[in-house]
Amino acid sequence: MSILVIAEHDNINLNSATLNTVAAALQIGSDLDLLVAGHDCSSVATAASQVVGVNRILVADSDTLNGQLAENMANLLVSMATEYNHILVSATTFGKNLLPRVSAMLDVSQISDISAIVSEDTFIRPIYAGNAMATVQSSDSKKLITVRVTKFDAASASGGNATINPISVSEDSGLSRYVGLSASESERVELASADIVVSGGRGMQNGDNFAMLEAVADKLGAAVGASRAAVDAGFVPNDYQVGQTGKVIAPDLYIAVGISGAIQHLAGMKDSKVIVAINKDTEAPIFQVADYGLVADLFDAIPELEKAL
Amino acid sequence: MIEYHFRDWLRGDNVKSVTENLSMKVLVGIKRVLDPQVKARVKADQSGIELTHAKMTMNPFCENAVEEAILLKEAGVVEEIVVVSIGVAKAEETLRNALALGADRAILVLTEQILEPLAVAKVLKHIVEKEVPNLVLVGKQAIDDDCNQTGQMLAALLGWPQATFASNIELQDTDATITREVDGGLETINVNLPAVISADLRLNEPRYASLPNVMKAKRKPLDKITLDTLGLNTANRLTTLAVNEPPARAAGIMVATVEELVDKLKNEAKVI
Repeated sequence: MSILVIAEHDNINLNSATLNTVAAALQIGSDLDLLVAGHDCSSVATAASQVVGVNRILVADSDTLNGQLAENMANLLVSMATEYNHILVSATTFGKNLLPRVSAMLDVSQISDISAIVSEDTFIRPIYAGNAMATVQSSDSKKLITVRVTKFDAASASGGNATINPISVSEDSGLSRYVGLSASESERVELASADIVVSGGRGMQNGDNFAMLEAVADKLGAAVGASRAAVDAGFVPNDYQVGQTGKVIAPDLYIAVGISGAIQHLAGMKDSKVIVAINKDTEAPIFQVADYGLVADLFDAIPELEKAL
Repeated sequence: MIEYHFRDWLRGDNVKSVTENLSMKVLVGIKRVLDPQVKARVKADQSGIELTHAKMTMNPFCENAVEEAILLKEAGVVEEIVVVSIGVAKAEETLRNALALGADRAILVLTEQILEPLAVAKVLKHIVEKEVPNLVLVGKQAIDDDCNQTGQMLAALLGWPQATFASNIELQDTDATITREVDGGLETINVNLPAVISADLRLNEPRYASLPNVMKAKRKPLDKITLDTLGLNTANRLTTLAVNEPPARAAGIMVATVEELVDKLKNEAKVI
């Protein structure tokens, strides 16, 4: 029962999501290889070899893998797939982009975004943005799986001693070209990867008032989010939106300010470890999912919170 | 290459440039799903989600894909928009909605079976081979099964490049430059055409259909094909053993003051 995990990285550092995915893979079996595919990525291979539980690091290092374009990456993975029963990758934008292409080329029905492993062929995954959990069994001979990393504790990043093995790389597909990555314009951390998120809703009344949330976020090293109501009202851009149709996130701390708690918003944040709700409406549904609720006028409470931090 | 900016008046700073005199055909795949404003209720027998009598709508990310096709047509880059859906007879409503928004023609592939993304991709590949579009637009994921697979799978089966999670698209005559929303920021790639592009929320702001256009849409062409007649193997590979409610969160507490809140977060929850 051989397992391949695809490492996520930027050619310099191993992305920590890979550690969670390795941990998920180790629940399936112990014969585990880790693919590091990229360009000038030897530092990633070295770091990966320290991850506990991995047998071999397979290093595909080529300029055709710069930017890890799905077309070239998928061709590489298809060429390696015969050896493996399971192929796993994090359900990040990297994994979500890549694995379905590989799955279709192998004629496999992918299992997306698993949150638990029942057996080698049976998995639990959220559907309807986490409003329901489906237990699914795969009849394909290979299982191609993306892993919801917030649901698995990370494997240890040090203490392992995997061997490092270079592998050959197929030629460029010629279909696509990597141009570049511009990190977020905001100085603040990304919503999807932030440990703490401060979100505002319709109760913020206008976009300017979001400066109050930004001040709190700056003190906490947090990202700023918003409900769909706030986005639809034009307070903040689309990419702030947390919810079923926006970003689905699970930070350690989620502070919902002036958000009533519509179903579609709750779907995007209710896996957060600790939820705080600040709202002047005692009846707001957000209080039903909050660990700590404060009934207060946000225009009093938020400046006070900023001072207290 | 002569370029002009066509969307600054429409979309503020989100300008796209294209070569002149493109007359592309775009195919848009759309899915009918439970309205995102409606709470998904698990059936008592754990077989799935209760959809009988539920309010259904076009998948939100598919709305972005349709809107983008319409914007491209309004800019003179696209000549024809064909929308495709696979599902039950009522999916015609969703296709009529797309026609009311601005699509030219619709194809409904009729089936009672709930297809997995791989099977959907196989059906769309069949349609693409008949229609020969320059571009396929889809939503990045459906908000029911949350799979996020179909666009990538279709690209793979066609041997086309893919550009997922698009927040900006610039079309040239033989290629496209796409800005992608990735976890680390905004990634830019360039792909040959034809290609499959999947829409993210920030790509555009979908319009609403006007009443006159809703009436006009009733007369636009809509072809119905039965899935069985296509001769494709669309058998499911995954068996859903159970669908359950997610574990409920433990009840929280109310705090009286900001000071108490900060104290709890520091000393009880230990998250700040």
